[in-house]
Amino acid sequence: MHIIIKNTDRTPIYQQIYQQIKQQILNGTLQQDMALPSIRNLAQSLKISIITTKRAYEELERDGFVYTIAGKGCFVAKRNIEMLREDVLRQIEEHMQEIAVLASSCKLSKEDVWEMFCTIYEEES
Amino acid sequence: MNVLKCQNVCKSYKNFSMENVSFELPMGYVMGFIGENGAGKSTMIKMMLDLVRPSSGKIEVFEKDSIKNSKEIKEEIGVILDTVGFPSMFNTKDINNMMKRAYKNWNESTYWDYIKQFQLPEKKKYKEFSMGMKKKLAIAAALSHNPKLLILDEVTAGLDPIVRDEILDIFREFVSDGQHSIFISSHIISDLEKICDYVTFLHKGKLIFSMEKESLFDTYCMIRCAEEDVEAIPKSAICGIHKSGYGAEVLVKRKDVPFGFDSEPANIEEIMLFLTKHNIGEKI
Repeated sequence: MHIIIKNTDRTPIYQQIYQQIKQQILNGTLQQDMALPSIRNLAQSLKISIITTKRAYEELERDGFVYTIAGKGCFVAKRNIEMLREDVLRQIEEHMQEIAVLASSCKLSKEDVWEMFCTIYEEES
Repeated sequence: MNVLKCQNVCKSYKNFSMENVSFELPMGYVMGFIGENGAGKSTMIKMMLDLVRPSSGKIEVFEKDSIKNSKEIKEEIGVILDTVGFPSMFNTKDINNMMKRAYKNWNESTYWDYIKQFQLPEKKKYKEFSMGMKKKLAIAAALSHNPKLLILDEVTAGLDPIVRDEILDIFREFVSDGQHSIFISSHIISDLEKICDYVTFLHKGKLIFSMEKESLFDTYCMIRCAEEDVEAIPKSAICGIHKSGYGAEVLVKRKDVPFGFDSEPANIEEIMLFLTKHNIGEKI
């Protein structure tokens, strides 16, 4: 597991941890039922407060990425289709945003982009 | 369990009064205690240690009354005050001999392990120690009777960044099992920001807030904009403002800021400064 904390990042530290663990669960680096480090050990290693790590874990649990067994710790939850789908949708949206910016920068119409997309989509499938 | 609980603590002196200070620290966490010089931090710490008695209110340590159970509480806390008062002619050995008579639970091997870990000389007299060495010795002495709570007043002041980092690591290790807690006052806010779970802010004897660090960052943020753009920020959101003549910095309550304002996270130092020096009205 990798966690890289950037102090210059505007994103709060707990969110940086949340996003990185979530990413590693979604891409399969962290597999189902794998134990995550304890909140206190992770805080100690990353040199951050316990409460910050705790919040990251709480939000991961709230969103269904991990589950907790009292006295044993925190584990990676089963990856469900819904979770994956949502993540993919988010990625598509991001790419579309880029396309929209690029298209308008060279005055390409919606129809032109749509036509391009249809060609590519047919080739792929 | 709360290792520390202050309820409506008041203390009045001739030129100073502390009013209704209440906060609590749960076991296993670190609380940073901030405030300007003369805010009442050291008075508060002395009251916890029963060196000064509150005029009214109640302090509980390990859920025991700080006055009635003062002696047994002291067996379980490690204290470092801003001035470390070891006799100047003592070396580490003499200090061990003194401390093992003071504490029932004094553990010599723990003490010598710390002395070794901190690379403190065994023969040198205390007065010949450097500032960093003195502080490390105080930490070794405070940790060697297996305390459950550390009460620290300005322990990292006057130390270089490397020693401070080492000391913070020792504190992180101390709390890592969830059974040990720390109450630490400091003006080096960056150190507190790194280690604290809770922040308690005292200003002129009054409690401004005592809350989880994460909720503090949720509550406040900064907006930096042109002075004329300040008008667009709802008055209810503004907690403190500083105008430079070229622009304005505004500490605001995140929840009262309309969507679309470009805000940045506020650090503890900014929150402290803007709630006091640049505060407008009583919107705390």
